[in-house]
Parts: sequence; C-alpha cells; structure tokens
Amino acid sequence: MEHSPPPFFKRGPAPLVRLFFFASMSLALLVLDARFRYAEGLRSSLALIAYPLQRAATAPIDFFSAVGAYFSTQAQLVEDNAALRARALALAQDAQRYGAAEAEVAQLRRLIGAAEKLPVKSIPAEVLYASRDPYSHKMFVNAGAQQGVTPGSPVADETGLVGQVTRVHALLSEVTLITDQDQAIPVQVVRSGLRAIAFGSGPSGTLELRFMASNAEIQNGDDLVTSGIDGTYPAGLPVATVIRIERDAELSFTRVVCKPAAGVDRGRYVLVLSDPSVRPPRPDEAKQDRRAQKAAARRAKSKDKDGDGAR
Amino acid sequence: MALGKSAEDILRPARASTIAASLAVAMFVSFLPWSDLRVAPDFVALVLTFWCVRQPRLVGLGVAWSVGLLVDAGNGVLLGQHALAYSLLAFVAIWLSRRILWFGALLQSLHVALILALAQSVALLVRLAAGDPFPGWALYVGPLVGALLWPGVSWLLLAPQRRLEREHTI
Repeated sequence: MEHSPPPFFKRGPAPLVRLFFFASMSLALLVLDARFRYAEGLRSSLALIAYPLQRAATAPIDFFSAVGAYFSTQAQLVEDNAALRARALALAQDAQRYGAAEAEVAQLRRLIGAAEKLPVKSIPAEVLYASRDPYSHKMFVNAGAQQGVTPGSPVADETGLVGQVTRVHALLSEVTLITDQDQAIPVQVVRSGLRAIAFGSGPSGTLELRFMASNAEIQNGDDLVTSGIDGTYPAGLPVATVIRIERDAELSFTRVVCKPAAGVDRGRYVLVLSDPSVRPPRPDEAKQDRRAQKAAARRAKSKDKDGDGAR
Repeated sequence: MALGKSAEDILRPARASTIAASLAVAMFVSFLPWSDLRVAPDFVALVLTFWCVRQPRLVGLGVAWSVGLLVDAGNGVLLGQHALAYSLLAFVAIWLSRRILWFGALLQSLHVALILALAQSVALLVRLAAGDPFPGWALYVGPLVGALLWPGVSWLLLAPQRRLEREHTI
C-alpha cells in the first residue's frame, strides 16, 4: 500500500526503543502529575486545544433543545408562564422573609461580636459533559478562570450541593462531584445538630457517613446540610438524605448511607459559589492537598468517636 | 479473502489530513455525553489501532502518545494515563500490522479486542496504582464493543481512499 519507496536506511530508532522512550515519558508525567502536581500548565494548554471538540460534542443537544423550544406551542408557553409566575410569587415571599432574617442574624452576630458573614457570590455555569473516566465522578462546566472561578469553590444546583471545583482552566473548570470516592464534606444533621463528615462512595452514587458511633442520634429520612465549619462550603446547603443505617454488632461503628439531595448526575445548570470572606489561616496547614486534608479529617474522626471530626 | 487486499481494491494513498480528521472525529464522539462510561467503547483507541495497522509509517508511537495526552487533558484524568496506554497499543498494533490484515473480519476483530483490552488494562493498572478503586468488570465490555465495531469503522475509514467506479472504468 505504500506508494513511496520504503526508506531502507532511515528508519529511526527500533520500535522497542521508541516504546521504552514513550513509556518512560508517560510514567514520568504520571508521577509528576499524581504526586507533585507539576503538570498543571501543560494540562491547561492541552485542555484549551481539546475545548472546541468538547463544545462541538455538546452542540447537537443545544441545537435540538433550541429546535424543540421553537416548536413548543403557544398554549404550553402560556401554561408554563402561569406556573412560573406562581412559583416566583411563592419564592418572593420566602425571599422577603429570608432578607429580614438575614438582617436580624447580622445584627445578632454584631451584638455577640462574631465575624460578619459576607454574602456568597454565585457564578452561573452550564454542564458541558461528564468526564470520560470510570474511576472518578467528575464533570466539566463552562465557566473558568475568565469568569472568576477559583479552585475549591463549592458547586450547587437549585436543590443542593453538587460538588467542588478541583481544577480551573481558562474557559472551563473541572468539578469533582460529592459522590466521588475522594470527596469529603463536613455535614450536620438538621434535626439533631449532630456533626459528621460525608464521604462519596464511588460507583453507587451515594454518600456515606463512616465511623458514626452506634448510638449516634440519626435516623432514616434525616436531612444533612453543610455545617460550614470547614470554611470551604457555606453553611446550610442541603447535601443528602439518610436512606439506610447499617448497625453491625461486630463493629463499634455505624455506617450511614445517604442519597444526594441535588441532581448530581442530572440537570444542566449549576451555580459556582464563592465565599469572599477572609478566614484566619489554619494552624498546621503547610500543604493544601485534598488527600492530606481527608486523611487528617479521618484521623480526627476516628479519634473522637462521637462523630465530631469536622474541624 | 482479507478486507481491502482484493485485487480490484487498489487504494489511494492515505492523506495526513484524513488521519487527523478521523482522530478529531473519534475524540469528538468520545466527548459525547455517554450514559455509562464503562461500556462505551474507546473510539480514539479504535481509530488509532486502525491507522497503526494500516499506515504504520505515518502513525506511530509519537502520534499515539500525543493523542493520549490530549485525551488525558480533555477528560481531566491523570496526565500520562492514556498516553502510556495508547503508546503500548500503537506498539502492539504496529507489531501485528503485517499479520492482522490477512485474516477475515471476525479474526481481525478478535485481534483488535485483545489490543483494546490491553490498553484498558494498562489504564486500569495506572489508576489502581494511583489509589483508585476497581470500577468492576464492566470495564472490559468497552473493548469488546469496540472490537465489534471494527469492521464498520475500517470500512468507513477506508472510504476516502477507495476509488470511484468511474475511475476504474477509465
């Protein structure tokens, strides 16, 4: 099939040598990326090259939804409008009450001399696609450093917490979902005020509270919200609902399985929240590595067994 | 008779632009929102295998490695995971390239299934070494689906090189 005469004398290095070369380059990159995170600049520029393809891949969906919207009937539009107006009215009521309550809380916080909480800013973003990686739960959204997203910002939808921004590129950013194995969130049970840490449990799409004391004050149907004491997530965001409690007589701990409140793998629009308030530096934080934080949280958790591990 | 080796099928030379475009399309397809990522075949690996088998002089380890890096960055996985898997895939595909095309479609697909499964295993080993949990044996459904698609994909990718009927008669 070759139409040019084969270059007998110029073949370059032997295939095995080439394989060895590229394999060692890959391994070096893997170590650099996994252990030291040195390859972020290279990753960002490569991600920028892949961006047009990613945009193009989601374009058909946009196109079909646009066509669908064009052909939706007048009657349906009127109906939707009425429903939305009713909802807006109901929400406006809540918003007024919330405004009043916020003012009251601010006044009370001033009275007791606590730091004032600044309002949380939010950047709307659209989900581009889920990461093609069966080992982790991540997705990409179309807001990046250009839109003011910073790494570590929590991401929520209209029903609750979705995840956390773990990498920021120029035009898009990577969100690790709360169901990811490596994700840990400090939560609080609304009913009893019990604090705990929720871990993602990977493929099953649920969250887990591990190492809960067997007499912990928790029951099926309890709502979990972010406790806000880690300084990353704003307090009071719905996280999950308890669906199963496994008490094992052989183990001294209880395992609590929860279902995420937000549509973690559904929905197309999310909000990237950023909390501009300045916090005092943590006492022993030399490294901001997530794994290290998680390990620390786990250690703290197994030490005091009443589930009070969130620092 | 082997695919594409029959006497009436004298193909035109492959153009570099065709190869680049097919790799771009494969990447585009893999970025589409798939419902279960474990059973979706890796189209980029499939197209890379095709070109390594058909044009081992044009597409080799270097191309495979660069494409792998691009896939890594686009998917936000460990940088080097797909690069390593694809360069090994290219090596095996080039090694088998003289042999595969003499088989029928079924045996070709079997070879391709092995190559794709090997690439998947390399990626799996890398992730296990990095501390991720094992995502289940459904992981190997993707390579099998990819191998089933092999005859269709090779027919499609050879289309730009095929001569028209008119050219034969002239």
